[in-house]
Amino acid sequence: MPSNTRPRISLPQILAYIAMAIVIILVGLPLIWMLFASFKQTDEIYRMPGTFFPEQPTLMNYPAAWNAVPFGRYFANSVITTVVATASKMILALFCAYALVYTKAPKWLKDGAFLLIVAALMVPGQVVIVPNYVTMSMLHWADSYQGIILPNAATAFGTFLLRQYCLGLPYEVVEAAEIDGASHWQRLWLVIMPMAQPALVTVGLFAVVSEWNDFLWPLIITNTNEMRTLPIGLYRLYQTEGLQNWGIIMAGTVFVVAPIVLLFVRSQKFIIEGIAAGAVRG
Amino acid sequence: MNRRQIPLLRESLTLVGFVILNITLICAFTFYPLIQGIQLSLYQWDFISPFKIFVGARNYVRMFGDRTFWQIMRNTFVFTFSTVSLTVLCAFGLALLLSLPLRGREWTRGVVFLPTLLSGAAIALVFNYILDDRYGMLTQFLHIFNIKSPSFYTDPFWAMAGIVVTMVWKQAGYGAVILIAGLQGIDHTLYEAAAIDGAGRRARLWYITIPSLAPMLLFVVVTGILGAFQSFDIIKVMTNGGPINATNVLVYNLYERGFVNFEAGPAGVLTVVIFVIMLVLTILQLQVGARNNAV
Repeated sequence: MPSNTRPRISLPQILAYIAMAIVIILVGLPLIWMLFASFKQTDEIYRMPGTFFPEQPTLMNYPAAWNAVPFGRYFANSVITTVVATASKMILALFCAYALVYTKAPKWLKDGAFLLIVAALMVPGQVVIVPNYVTMSMLHWADSYQGIILPNAATAFGTFLLRQYCLGLPYEVVEAAEIDGASHWQRLWLVIMPMAQPALVTVGLFAVVSEWNDFLWPLIITNTNEMRTLPIGLYRLYQTEGLQNWGIIMAGTVFVVAPIVLLFVRSQKFIIEGIAAGAVRG
Repeated sequence: MNRRQIPLLRESLTLVGFVILNITLICAFTFYPLIQGIQLSLYQWDFISPFKIFVGARNYVRMFGDRTFWQIMRNTFVFTFSTVSLTVLCAFGLALLLSLPLRGREWTRGVVFLPTLLSGAAIALVFNYILDDRYGMLTQFLHIFNIKSPSFYTDPFWAMAGIVVTMVWKQAGYGAVILIAGLQGIDHTLYEAAAIDGAGRRARLWYITIPSLAPMLLFVVVTGILGAFQSFDIIKVMTNGGPINATNVLVYNLYERGFVNFEAGPAGVLTVVIFVIMLVLTILQLQVGARNNAV
């Protein structure tokens, strides 16, 4: 029987493709609107009826936003706090997870430490801001890098995720390393770290995204432009420009959003798989 | 000390050495603040004065007797309930759609997931502009049909609707990714068996897909509740809790009492209230989860 080589598209399939197109438009439109507005000249933004595509594209909004508030400084602060907090979270979580799974310490000690981690999962970050602010100002660390970073320097969730991942790794490899005389330190760095890399990368990516976007804690702990991070700086820009210049505000928004979009494009697979794995196991 | 105890001691010391920093930080910035919050709630203090005045339960009595507090509780409930129900509906629809064998579905999954990762403050600004009742995208669009845009800054109903829509737009992709993973995990022989027994499409959805997805749906609901309950950036940037407290929710109020009005006592009370609500929710989740596993 001669088979039809061209795959036939059925009506339900057409409907599904239309639905998918609508989804892409609904999700993408706000971001496109943001991007296009950042290329519009002021008089084009304040026109009725307005435009969707920029008529006379301009790059002027970007330097204007960059100079309206000290964006360079905000950017540096965001990079510093994000990098330090992420590195700290990954290292501390890896050490803790390794010790909870592979040391032969008494059970009560390991269980006790693990219980603390699990209990911490139940305390949401936003609840503790007021007492943490009091602690930080008592230490005179308000408006400082350590003030921004320290409450976010450890992650109970990441520790939990890494521990579960380590439990799923073949134990014999670690045993073999132990018989060969490798110390815990060597076993951690040379055996477990390479094997746990996918989980470690997931923990790192989560940390980067949450630090970069964090708003409430930096909002209250910083009070000078020297210390403000990008989201707070963007909010300052909005307050100074007010409702007067959406083009400049949208350009500022692109500064904040673009690095995460680039990160996502590069590591989409890791992020989405990490999320799904976290849900399946948790 | 006998021979056996030496390795045990060494192992214990290794454990302590490896976990100490992590555990110390978690205790200092997660557990200690809970105790400190309870303590703060019993005092009258402005964060600056060297003296705290002990007032006992008076902060609690005043808070629970305040009509604004109950309005805030109601707002929190309305915001959380509408956000979570809409998010779960959208996520479920998206998951069903993006599990079909369509070309470009991987790419679309990526697009749908992206908003979850973006800064809430930035997204709030974009939606502020979209919903701007003079020059925003919605106004421009409605202008074509000669319809006037509702005012999202002055109308209490539309202010709440605006932040709910923004939240749903930002969160739905997260739920969708989890539900897609759940759909992939469903045993295909179930569908084949049901098809042989003559089950229609709707019957398969109701009797196979939804029950098999139940644990995942529960996960999405719970993380959605916790997320909505804690959302601050979108509300701060879009409405500032207004107009006249119409979008003032617990976490926003915590910020307002603490860092706008400098009332440490009421802020402490709110810390305790939010924590207790979260604790109850978590315990409920664990119980429902345990029951699901037992069946």
